[in-house]
Amino acid sequence: MSLTDSPAEAAPDEIVAPGPPAARPRRRIRLRSWLPPLLVFVALVALWYAITYGVLDEQRRFLMPPPDLVVTDALFDRTTLERMLVALGRTARVAFVGLAIAIVIGMAWAVAMSQARWVERSLFPYAVALQCIPILALVPLIGFWFDFGFLSRTIVCVLIALFPIVSNTLFGLQSVDKGQRDLFALHGASRWTTLRKLEFPAAMPAIFAGLRIAAGLSVIGAIVGDLFFKQGDPGLGILIDNYRARLQSPELFLAIIIASLFGIAVFTFFGWLANRVVGRWYDTSKAG
Amino acid sequence: MATSDSPGQGEVVLSFVDVAKTYPDGTTALEHVDLEVRRGDFVTVVGPSGCGKSTLLRIASGLEPHTAGTSTVDSRHLGYVFQDATLLPWRTVAQNVELVAELSGRPKNDRKAAAKDAIDLVGLTGFEKHLPRQLSGGMRMRVSLARSLTLAPDLFLFDEPFGALDEITRERLNDELIRLFSTQRFGALFITHSVSEAVYLSTEVVVMSGRPGRVVQTFDVPFGYPRSPDLRFTPEFAALSGEVSRALREGHS
Ligand SMILES: Nc1ncnc2c1ncn2[C@@H]1O[C@H](COP(=O)(O)OP(=O)(O)OP(=O)(O)O)[C@@H](O)[C@H]1O
Ligand SMILES: [Mg+2]
Repeated sequence: MSLTDSPAEAAPDEIVAPGPPAARPRRRIRLRSWLPPLLVFVALVALWYAITYGVLDEQRRFLMPPPDLVVTDALFDRTTLERMLVALGRTARVAFVGLAIAIVIGMAWAVAMSQARWVERSLFPYAVALQCIPILALVPLIGFWFDFGFLSRTIVCVLIALFPIVSNTLFGLQSVDKGQRDLFALHGASRWTTLRKLEFPAAMPAIFAGLRIAAGLSVIGAIVGDLFFKQGDPGLGILIDNYRARLQSPELFLAIIIASLFGIAVFTFFGWLANRVVGRWYDTSKAG
Repeated sequence: MATSDSPGQGEVVLSFVDVAKTYPDGTTALEHVDLEVRRGDFVTVVGPSGCGKSTLLRIASGLEPHTAGTSTVDSRHLGYVFQDATLLPWRTVAQNVELVAELSGRPKNDRKAAAKDAIDLVGLTGFEKHLPRQLSGGMRMRVSLARSLTLAPDLFLFDEPFGALDEITRERLNDELIRLFSTQRFGALFITHSVSEAVYLSTEVVVMSGRPGRVVQTFDVPFGYPRSPDLRFTPEFAALSGEVSRALREGHS
């Protein structure tokens, strides 16, 4: 979106890029971009019904309860819904705290690497290692060391969310245009000034792209940690596991849907935030 | 500040004596370059692509070390207009223009005033709040020019600033540059591919050979300032352009 305050001064000799498009066509575009996914959604629900009633026989219908059963048995059941929302709250807290810590550590890590080649050479392999080691394999160890509470869950979350922040921030800081670097060097800008006034703002689009991925991962991390620890106050992960074990499929489906919607909401929020912060000068749809 | 009205009289702001540059990878970009720019001189360098023109400016500005000879720049404030406008896309026109004054640590009010004057000088009044992406290529170049003007430079380096623009915009900016030059009287070292732009703008045209770049020939341009666009169609202009072109061709082969 390009919301800019174009002054109403007399038009100059040269061509100016158009300001924000008028509201009406934009609304039409919005409708046009909502409609297809909506149709797909309807088709998916139809497919769901088809499988429930067409493919599965009576005894196996619990594998895929019809959507209306999910709504009536789980969503409209006060206690079930309440339990799920409380679990969602716990999971969300782990995800957000984990994400916040990952942001602080990840950015500091990337800035340190951007300041000197030798720091990058010494630390980057570990960022890559973080991405390569199966964090799930570490989860039991983390539980072993830090117990099975909030702390361990948060640590799992941080480990999972860290890499995209480190790599995207570093990439952003290093992808500054050479001419702009020359300009800063020419006028005697210190390293700190260059970081603050050039590298950091220039890296913003990449940082936000990384944040978005990391935010999605932090939700996954929070649920996975929960699912693995199977102890402590239940978050969405434990609920999902319990419902699975007890074959409570409408509840299971609702929990999964809530977890998915939460992930989507977080992802969307960071997209919106990116657009707010850098959308003025950068086309965020390019950064994915 | 000593200002002189005729070229070759102001204090020397840039002097190259036998300057050479060999890049670490072994590419020799420049060889035996002698060059002098005084305040009030508009020296234009023409030469084939890759002959080391940008290198010349990078050495003059201190961005790149030279490998032989002496280069002396005696200018408190240096303006440098790059091949691209190198604007910061997240800053508005006004903020971009303020940038170099900001980096040089000038107080806020002072640089705001300087930016306003510079924006007026390049004819961008009314566009202070625009972002670079809302501007045309020509306007971006003007912002870049204004940014350097805030320093009131004694020496102005231009690296093919108008190379990417269309003919009409380029000619208009040429005229504005001449106007700025005749009022501010900095020393200018201007790089271009275009012989007619070189002759139109300068007090002196320096022709360089293909790589490694050497100075092949130097031409004094006898026309006074301000110059009218019609100058381009006078026989004197055509004759001088012809000579420069010939030197360029001979230096190339
Ligand atoms: N950092 C570098 N390392 C090695 N070689 C370089 C470097 N920068 C430039 N060169 C080489 O030096 C020569 C001169 O480059 P320069 O950019 O100064 O040419 P130019 O005359 O400005 O060319 P153009 O007209 O295309 O802008 C070229 O052959 C180029 O490949
Ligand atoms: Mg060049």
